[in-house]
Amino acid sequence: MGNIDGAYLVLSALLFAIGGAGLLVRRNPLVQIMCIELMLNAVNLTFVTFGRMLNSITGQVVVFFVLVVAAAEVVVGLGIVVAVARRRPGATSDDISLLRG
Amino acid sequence: MVELVWLLPALPLVGVALLVLFGRRMGEPASGWLATAMCTASFVVALVVFVGLVDQPEHTFEQVLWEWIPVGDFRVDVGFLLDPLSMAMALFITGVAALIHLYSIGYMHGDPRFPTFFLYLNLFVASMLVLVLGDNLLLTFVGWEGVGACSYFLISFWFERDENASAGKKAFITNRVGDWGFMVGTFATYFALGTISYTEFLPLAPGLAATTATFIAGMLFIGAIGKSAQIPLFIWLPDAMAGPTPVSALIHAATMVTAGVYLMCRISPVLGASYDWLPEVIAWVGVLTALVAAFAAMGQMDIKKALAYSTISQLGYMFLAVGVGAYWAAIFHMITHAFFKACLFLGSGSVIHGMHEEQDMRRMGGLRRFMPITAGTFIVATLAIAGVPPLSGFWSKDEILAYALQANPALYAVGLFTALLTAYYMSRVAIRTFYGEPRWPAFAAAGAGGGEPGAVEPEAAGLRVPAQAAAGAAGGLPTDADIAADPEPPHNEHLSADFVPHESPWTMTVPLVVLAGLSVVGGLLNLPISGMHFLEDWLEPVFALGDPAELGYSGATIVALLGVSTAVALAGVALAAYVWLWERFDGRRLEPAPFVRAWYVDRLITDFVGGPGEKGFEGIEAFDRVGIDGAVNDVGRLTRGASARIRVLQSGFLRTYALLIGVGSILLIAYVLTQVLVY
Repeated sequence: MGNIDGAYLVLSALLFAIGGAGLLVRRNPLVQIMCIELMLNAVNLTFVTFGRMLNSITGQVVVFFVLVVAAAEVVVGLGIVVAVARRRPGATSDDISLLRG
Repeated sequence: MVELVWLLPALPLVGVALLVLFGRRMGEPASGWLATAMCTASFVVALVVFVGLVDQPEHTFEQVLWEWIPVGDFRVDVGFLLDPLSMAMALFITGVAALIHLYSIGYMHGDPRFPTFFLYLNLFVASMLVLVLGDNLLLTFVGWEGVGACSYFLISFWFERDENASAGKKAFITNRVGDWGFMVGTFATYFALGTISYTEFLPLAPGLAATTATFIAGMLFIGAIGKSAQIPLFIWLPDAMAGPTPVSALIHAATMVTAGVYLMCRISPVLGASYDWLPEVIAWVGVLTALVAAFAAMGQMDIKKALAYSTISQLGYMFLAVGVGAYWAAIFHMITHAFFKACLFLGSGSVIHGMHEEQDMRRMGGLRRFMPITAGTFIVATLAIAGVPPLSGFWSKDEILAYALQANPALYAVGLFTALLTAYYMSRVAIRTFYGEPRWPAFAAAGAGGGEPGAVEPEAAGLRVPAQAAAGAAGGLPTDADIAADPEPPHNEHLSADFVPHESPWTMTVPLVVLAGLSVVGGLLNLPISGMHFLEDWLEPVFALGDPAELGYSGATIVALLGVSTAVALAGVALAAYVWLWERFDGRRLEPAPFVRAWYVDRLITDFVGGPGEKGFEGIEAFDRVGIDGAVNDVGRLTRGASARIRVLQSGFLRTYALLIGVGSILLIAYVLTQVLVY
């Protein structure tokens, strides 16, 4: 059992790294949102794994919160992405730089 | 009955409000009568309050109207403090002011801004009463600035002429120099004692450290110097004569200029706790002012300027009294001075009125035949100020001199010599105005017979008068050469050879007669006979904490001093008669240029402010610009510069932010891990 737990943690770390790298290297907003989801789910996996290792229900409970927040975030984020795409088709995240100082 | 005290300043203020709203519609003379009625009502209230105050315990009553400035520990109320000192002041202020209001109805007859004049007069009376009755330093300061503002309005009342406007400005600015001291004194009082209410801080004053007390009293004395025209800030008062004559009588002789003396008397406990050198300085400033101004008064040709210098001189006596600890004697002289100097000024106003705006004594003479009431009252008041017994000035001045002798014989000697000069120069004014032969026909003949074609044009003749007066007023300062080259008075087109002066209407003569009567009997307030010290006994509790001087002289000494004063006064009058009435001596030799120009103090100040002073002020201005403004601007510049550099970080590129967040998280986790691993 212990070995399998370690494997889960390694997997979630890998997923997190892939998501983070994708977020940094890709410029398509849609893909970036997907990468963020990947990172969030990597974290969820970690929570569940630790919950199992420590024999605590808390880890699984937190996952629900994260899922709710992620859903909300996707609603807002996708809304923005769609609005931008309508106005300027093919826009990348670097084109949206109105908040530059 | 004492609860009515708030009505004292409120009634003139109601008058102000009514005159602002309806003054123009009421016109002349109704607006004048309204103002006079308000002032008279205020006087009646003062009498009623006085009767009530006699029954009060310790003759003191404090009325708080409302809380004015409550800020943490700092609390200032609008309230009135009624004690023997403020009561005495309020009585003579409202009384003299009512008479002068009445007089002004006649004097200002025909002026296009008649209602405005009375508006200012009422406003002045209200401010003066706030000054005197205010129960804390700040409220007194409100009145102090109020009377200053009214003085400015009224000096420049005929602002159509430039020199009147600049005389007003000069008075206001010179006063501001002194006000700085008043404000610093108020701040220092709060820092030292935590309160500025008279009833709270004056009893604490004897416990002050001598240095603190000296600082507070010294600063307030600077304020008093400005307001009461002492050396070196007396230069504004002679120019203030540009205002209408009732203003000179009310503000620049009887009431406002005595505010400084009042302030010094009010803070007598602080003065008592000071180092001994401060009262000594006050006494010397006072007596030297008296001497310098008396010399200056000897050389004046303008009847009002002579009276102005005489006022400065008498104020000097009051400061001498304060300096030697004879506070009540200062108040005594203030009251008698208000009577006879108001009478003298109103008399001069009557003369000017009767002579059609002529103010130069070289053109007068023989007027007692044309204006007998004015002449009679003027001469009575002259004898009073000269110190001829048994008139009021004799008693009050002699009290001051007796205290001065006890404190320091040198002060007494200077004061006595000044008394001689006073008797001389006031008699000179009276003689040159009312005795001898009329002199204006000769001048009119000389002016017409000169054959100068330009003199026929009224514009040319009229223009010369303002030009000449402008040079004299407001620091224009003609040189000695000017004076020597122009011994003749400026031309006055009103006075022809067959001109006949007229006596003034009853509104003007009644106040003259009343004031002359008061000048005669004013001494009854306090006679140096046991059981007759009414004023001294009445005022005594106010000054109990101020370390007042006690006169230690026996009856015989007092009688001897009275004899000396009498002899000096009579000698002065006789000298004036010898020189000016019988003309046994060329009077011109007693009018050298330094006297005419008041020892060049005005010029010295002008030169200083325009020369080395200006450099200093420029230095201060540069410090303000470079040091203070520079510090503020540099802080701003620093912020802008730093943010210009930091702003670069906010690129607007989402991925840069993500990278920074990632790097930051890694650094944070790395730091936490190192901490965990170390322990």
